[in-house]
Amino acid sequence: MLADKALELIRELDRTKDGQMPAFNEDTIRIVLEEMNTLFEQNQRDVNATVAGDVRYFSGVHLRHAALERNRRCLLAYLYNRLERVRDMRWEFGSILPADIRANMCEPEIIWFNKYNKNLASYMRSLGEGTGLDLTQDIKPPKNLYIEVRCLQDYGEFEIEEGDTVVLQKNTTHYLPMAQCQHLIRQGILEHVE
Amino acid sequence: MACNASYYPNYFSLSDILATQDRVPCKFELSVYNLGYLDPSSGNKDVVAGTKLELPCWLARALCSSRRHIVSAQLPNTFKERYREIMKADASVVDLHKLGPHYYELGQHLLPLAGPEAAALASLLTQTLRERLRGIMDSAQNSLRDDVNAQIAKLDELERTLFHAGQKALQDHQLWLSRRAHILTTSTMVDQHNKRKFSAIDS
Repeated sequence: MLADKALELIRELDRTKDGQMPAFNEDTIRIVLEEMNTLFEQNQRDVNATVAGDVRYFSGVHLRHAALERNRRCLLAYLYNRLERVRDMRWEFGSILPADIRANMCEPEIIWFNKYNKNLASYMRSLGEGTGLDLTQDIKPPKNLYIEVRCLQDYGEFEIEEGDTVVLQKNTTHYLPMAQCQHLIRQGILEHVE
Repeated sequence: MACNASYYPNYFSLSDILATQDRVPCKFELSVYNLGYLDPSSGNKDVVAGTKLELPCWLARALCSSRRHIVSAQLPNTFKERYREIMKADASVVDLHKLGPHYYELGQHLLPLAGPEAAALASLLTQTLRERLRGIMDSAQNSLRDDVNAQIAKLDELERTLFHAGQKALQDHQLWLSRRAHILTTSTMVDQHNKRKFSAIDS
């Protein structure tokens, strides 16, 4: 059936939700583009025939045109939804993505991610009358300046702003300034205990 | 093609694309030349007028409108009189996921194709959702995380979204009641990512 390959792409995205990034499916995209080329050429031929006065091909032109539009929609939706995921990952993972996710992105997506990173950073710097404001901080309203955290994995030395360093070892608990350990909590290295 | 622009919620929506893929029984009113491969069983080079085929909804919508009438579409069985009667009897026990995981969305896309049955179809959709919604809300607000799978097995995608929204509200409310709403947690994407990483290492 027409446009089935394009639907495969959509199905693939639909199956992988919640922060998964399926590998960029360049092969299928190429097949879809080839299908579109063929459809377009056939349409051109039939349109020429129609213009020449043979109107019986007209219904076929409509049918192929619908398939072309469907293919286009699937391809654009595939790219757009992937980009949306890349954008969400900036907020969830931080400015550096894990290597296995990066490996599943195509070159333009990586460039886009870096640009988005840069734009976001310069926007955050421009906030607060020149002092800058980290929008990725304080996703939930903070209640205390210091919080108790437990390490979930070995992280190594961690320097806090006052100049002290703490060694974040697995299963140790610490009392740290919230502003500085939030990102580690979001990334699953620390756990907030109460 | 302004006539079939009903991209809801937007052009890029995955669920809308999937919903418009479901098959609709169609009958070709005009012959379509050089596209015989649409109907491989016939072996013809062309699709001749009068051929009956199941076309995806998006194609049926494009070919059957007030302006052009290349095919005439019928409602799929699951939206016909017989199922309408079943829905009227008791909508809340029907397995909508089996009838098509995008039941409501497909139903909306079929409205322009339904012809004289459009009014019946429209009221079928609204009535079905109205009857089922109370049960969905009830189970969303009162079931624990463990037995969710059994609860959502019979729901279509739209209802699942509602169910999950209800569950999220319930969990957030419980966190707030136990004064734990401010506790920071690992972001969901990172959590999922780590889980997959560990299961890959284990295996």
